Amino acid sequence: MGDWKTITVPVLSSDSENIFQYTSGKKISPPGMNSQVLRLPLPSSKSMHSFFSAFCTEENIEQSVSYLDRELTTLGFPSIYVESKGKELNLISIINCMNELLVLQHKNLRAQEEVEMQHLKLGSDMDHLQNCYAKLKEQLELSKREIVGLQERDRQLQSKNRNLHQLLKNEKDEVQKLQNIISSRATQYNHDMKRKEREYNKLKERLHQLVMNKKDKKIAMEVLNYVGRADGKRGAWRTDKTEARNEEEMYKVLLSDYEQRQKQLLVENAELKKVLQQMKKEIISLLPPQKQKPKERCEDGPVLSDLEEDTGELSKENMWELSCETVREQLTNSIRKQWRMLKNHVEKLDNQVSRVHSGALNGKDVISREDHELETEKLELEIQQCKEMIKTQQQLLQQQLMSPCDDDTTLLLQDCYLLEERERLQEEWGLFREQKKNFEKERRSFTEAAIRLGLERKAFEEDRGAWLKQQFLSSDQDNRLVKSTPQQRKLHCMLSGPVSAEPCQTSQYITRDSSSAASEKPAGDSKPNQWEESDHEGTD
Amino acid sequence: ASCVQYRLVVRDASTLQLLQLYTCLDQIQYVEWSSDSLFILCAMYKRGVVQVWSLEQPDWHCKIDEGSAGLVASCWSPDGRHILNTTEFHLRITVWSLCTKSVSYIKYPKACQQGIAFTKDGRYMAVAERRDCKDFVSIFVCSDWQLLRHFDTETQDLFGIEWAPNGCVLAVWDTCLEYKILLYSLDGRLLSTYRAYEWSLGIKSIAWSPSSQFLAIGSYDEKVRILNHVTWKKITEFEHPATIANTKTIVYKEVEKSPSVETERLSFPPARALASSLFSTQSKYDISEVPVSLQYIKPVADRANPKMGIGMLAFSPDNCFLATKNDNIPNAVWIWDIQKLKLFVVLEQLCAIQSFQWDPRQPRLAVCTGNSKVYLWSPAGCVAVQVPVEGDFQIVSLSWHSSGDSMALLSKDNFCVCYLEREEV
Repeated sequence: MGDWKTITVPVLSSDSENIFQYTSGKKISPPGMNSQVLRLPLPSSKSMHSFFSAFCTEENIEQSVSYLDRELTTLGFPSIYVESKGKELNLISIINCMNELLVLQHKNLRAQEEVEMQHLKLGSDMDHLQNCYAKLKEQLELSKREIVGLQERDRQLQSKNRNLHQLLKNEKDEVQKLQNIISSRATQYNHDMKRKEREYNKLKERLHQLVMNKKDKKIAMEVLNYVGRADGKRGAWRTDKTEARNEEEMYKVLLSDYEQRQKQLLVENAELKKVLQQMKKEIISLLPPQKQKPKERCEDGPVLSDLEEDTGELSKENMWELSCETVREQLTNSIRKQWRMLKNHVEKLDNQVSRVHSGALNGKDVISREDHELETEKLELEIQQCKEMIKTQQQLLQQQLMSPCDDDTTLLLQDCYLLEERERLQEEWGLFREQKKNFEKERRSFTEAAIRLGLERKAFEEDRGAWLKQQFLSSDQDNRLVKSTPQQRKLHCMLSGPVSAEPCQTSQYITRDSSSAASEKPAGDSKPNQWEESDHEGTD
Repeated sequence: ASCVQYRLVVRDASTLQLLQLYTCLDQIQYVEWSSDSLFILCAMYKRGVVQVWSLEQPDWHCKIDEGSAGLVASCWSPDGRHILNTTEFHLRITVWSLCTKSVSYIKYPKACQQGIAFTKDGRYMAVAERRDCKDFVSIFVCSDWQLLRHFDTETQDLFGIEWAPNGCVLAVWDTCLEYKILLYSLDGRLLSTYRAYEWSLGIKSIAWSPSSQFLAIGSYDEKVRILNHVTWKKITEFEHPATIANTKTIVYKEVEKSPSVETERLSFPPARALASSLFSTQSKYDISEVPVSLQYIKPVADRANPKMGIGMLAFSPDNCFLATKNDNIPNAVWIWDIQKLKLFVVLEQLCAIQSFQWDPRQPRLAVCTGNSKVYLWSPAGCVAVQVPVEGDFQIVSLSWHSSGDSMALLSKDNFCVCYLEREEV
């Protein structure tokens, strides 16, 4: 392999300029192997020509051919010489080699392109990464500076805090000290005061003694005459009895005061209890009826029953005006419960009202309305369906009736119907008979009553006749005619009295009787009276 | 009755006609009527002599001489027949009886502002005593001056005692260095103690409500605390801030209006009435818009008995209102509605308030501020009344008649009686 160093090898350099230089110079200098074959630019055709001519000239054809052969064989290509004979070129192998070399060249070019692409990518990645790195570094710097700043502030604030704490402690200590000073001074003053007071007392005692010594001479009271006591009583000696009496009186005064206060408190208490009970009743009445929600019913059921018990108990208690603690507690507890319920109820109402006012219809309301509509629709449908069913049933019935079915079945059916009808008829007959019997009974009773009445009337008529005769006899010169009509009318009215008590039919019955009775009267003026009477009766 | 130097002048209340004139031995320092209005005592502290005069019998006389014991205070007992004299240095209290000429002594009375307290019905008397540096309270029966109860109190230095109007509870409070008020029942049992805070200056004034339901305690911290009679615990606190912000409070502000004098009418010499009206300024009340800020005075800190805190407290006779005065805001009277436990009205005056007193029959408050006007407030409204007097008449204090129809206005040297018309109902 050392041979090819000596042979002039045109260096495939990256710069085409070098090639130009080289070609212009036409020197075959051994530039040395460049291992760095980075770029393989495709030289222009001119330079290619010159390039090619530079390598192989007329003089060194054989040498160049042999060199080429050697190179190719080392690269793994088949030899360009013919196998048996040396120095004869195998064209086919040369072409193959060339082809292979071209293919290789293409591959290499592609590889180079790829590598260059990768290189570019990596380069851009590197740039990107470098930029990121620079930015991050900057950020890191900034944040570090910030941290430092914040730490500094934190330290300052902490020191301030400590200072304030210290100040506070100092102030507290001062306050404590001052308080201690005050208390110590107070005790000192008290002590001093006591000492001075004792001295003063001593002086007073002395003075008192002196004064008392001179008492007999100077201290006196001159009164012209004795004055009667304000309340007219005589003065009394001071004895134990009086002492006891005084004590008694004092206690009486105290007791009366306490009693008065207690009375006032009782009155107040009773009033308050009344008010509480009233409130409780009103609260109960305010609360809504608990029918819809079973849950609440369960809760309130026992409560209501308790309330009833409470009210019952309390009313009893109030009657006797007892006030034991348990009753008091019960009342207050029940009121509290009721109040809570009322509060909840009011809150619920408020929520509902607020919902309505805010306009945001809750899903519930919408659904309920829709529900309503749906329900109405359903109901309408149902109605329609029912109507249709009725129609169909009617049709079926008619069909049944009209359709020619089997004789047996018809007969059976007819029989059934007939039986049914017969039974019904029998029942009705039974009823009818009973009614008839009742009516008969009634009629009999009425007739008996009528007969009785008629008899009574006859008797009455006889009496009346007698009375009239008497009247006639007693008052002959008077205007009998004028008077008789009002009298008769009166009598008729009296008659109609007992008549109106009985049922209408019978009254009509009896009017006829009475009218017939009246018609029997001997008086000739009765006819117009009859009319009047019947009219009168009719109005009854 | 009024006294002029050493003369005692008795006038009729409705006509101010002179009824009697008595002469005493010395300058009279103190005058008091007996409870049945039959006798008047005149105390002359310098001489140590008390003279008693009778209204029915002008010839009757009585003289009580304490001699070298001296006299510091003197008062009637509720039955109108005994006189209690407190001797100098509070050595003892001597009880002189006008009926029996007998003398009783009460030893070691306490030298404090309100050392003797009588119950409203006049049955019992409580006396504050101090022995061996300890405070005691003795309760005496006024009918025979028998000692009923004697008990010690847990106070450092008892400052005052006062009976509740129902006569069953005695309020005992401590010096202003300690905020402590003790409530004792008639038989000497301690019912309750109330202590609002420590160390700061404490109770300045207290007042019982006429029904004995409430006890109002005014303290140096410008607050009034109300205790109720059932639990003796504080039910509310009334604050007296310098700015009133509550819109429901009515603030009446006294405003001076100078009278408009027409120069044409002026004549020389000027008529008397005109002269007085020229120099005296009329004032009326204006309703100020809330929020109102009142004049606040911070007293000097290193002086004793500073002018701060609630100095005056008074309940109205119908138990509906409480009138208070905050010494830090000396120009204002605060009227609280007791039924609602809220501030009702504030009267803002031009000068510092000297005194106020409720009408004994109605919820009507009379206020005087040291000028010649008397101010009346009632729930219907308020009015400023000028005293028609020539010259200066600085009303220092006032006192209502028990019927509520008239009141006496006192200045340093003079006094006048103001009659109020009754409304025709």
